[in-house]
Amino acid sequence: MADTGTMGLNDIAARLDQMLSASDTVLAAAPVPLAEELLQLGERTLEIWLAAHGEIPTDRKVEDFRLLALHRQGARGDASFNACRESCRELVYHHNLVRLEPGHADVARRLRLGAMVARHLVLFIGGKLEVAALGEFCCASRPLRQRDTSLQANETV
Amino acid sequence: MSGKYKQVAYYPGCALEGTGHAYNRSTKELGKVLGLDLVELSNWNCCGAMEVKNVDPKLQTYLSARNLSIAEAMGFDTVMAPCNGCYHNLKKAEYDLAKDPASREVTARLSRKAGHKTYEAGKVTTIHALDWIKEAIGEDGLRARVKNSLKGLKVANYYGCMYTRPRHIFPEKDRGPGSESTSKPHFMDDLLAAAGAENVEYPLKTACCGGAHTLSDSDTSTKLVLNLLTTAEACGADVIATECPTCHIGLEMHQVRAKKVFGRKTSVKILYFTQLLGMALGLSARKVGVQENFSESGDLLRARGLG
Repeated sequence: MADTGTMGLNDIAARLDQMLSASDTVLAAAPVPLAEELLQLGERTLEIWLAAHGEIPTDRKVEDFRLLALHRQGARGDASFNACRESCRELVYHHNLVRLEPGHADVARRLRLGAMVARHLVLFIGGKLEVAALGEFCCASRPLRQRDTSLQANETV
Repeated sequence: MSGKYKQVAYYPGCALEGTGHAYNRSTKELGKVLGLDLVELSNWNCCGAMEVKNVDPKLQTYLSARNLSIAEAMGFDTVMAPCNGCYHNLKKAEYDLAKDPASREVTARLSRKAGHKTYEAGKVTTIHALDWIKEAIGEDGLRARVKNSLKGLKVANYYGCMYTRPRHIFPEKDRGPGSESTSKPHFMDDLLAAAGAENVEYPLKTACCGGAHTLSDSDTSTKLVLNLLTTAEACGADVIATECPTCHIGLEMHQVRAKKVFGRKTSVKILYFTQLLGMALGLSARKVGVQENFSESGDLLRARGLG
């Protein structure tokens, strides 16, 4: 299990790719540690977002999951962050599926789907770190350009 | 058939007259074959889409309110908008007019200037095409009408973002059994299952596709869409069903771009849910506009005896 504590988004994406290309046998051999790792990779992804915005990532839990608390922290005052709300919940769901039935015949597939959800989270956060407005117009239903417009209105050309 | 929504006002919106033409065509054909009347709003205007909302959200509220006002003047209490963007914006206008005095003031002023009655919140209910079929026909009604079952067709249902977010503008959702869920929507799943499709468990049904940034940051959009496509394939889906022209064109175009730019080919097909339902009810692929899609699904549909 990789140490997620210092990982950057590229490291997380690389680790997820590694999981996704692993054989069923490898995944089924250690399903619970891998499910825990997926959750930690998701947490690390949100920590990176929060740290980039000068916040100290919370250690609290929501519904017994730190990932959901981190999402709530990120979404406070930024409704566009809800664009990844369901991805966080799906990641928790896949983690729970694997934890509850580690011997299930479909466990490797469940882990892979969890990894794909985690990858979506990484892609979204990575995209949002480059273009902060990702999710603003649609998921938050808020304007992107209102500030530009008010600045233009005050121009004295 | 409940009789509810037997005849509703129809607001296609701009996308359905352009890139989403196949959605417009298939929605109208579906209505016809199900005996449901769609009466297009006369002289409708843009809902404010992203362009106006990004600059002046109150002007967007007015533009959407004008469409609601037209529906009311035509004697309707329900307007159906198949496009997620239009549906979302009409819902947002309804919410703003109910809660925000400044939005009411701007809408009243612009309505007077434009010479039409000011729309007041609560007069017209906006519904999506999914609500329309679900309420007017229902799963049992659909099941009874199926001529070409979608049996064996594995479908990942992709709802996109604007059908469920932000939650506060959709007060009718999350009301328990029978209502739509904002965290795990299921209306499209329900309807396609009634037509025989095998829905796969798709964990990204409301995940971001980067649609609003498709031109300003194309690589982010392509990577997000590529993950939506590869995840659908990992779930075993033959088809991604869509219910929004923006999602649909985004999935199609970034599927092409992912191959071109990143060398990643995916083969999952992309079809509107109205096209799938139409074919299940005996309409030809041509009739529901499959040939207008960029995603080439002819071989798959022929192999399944559809269209």
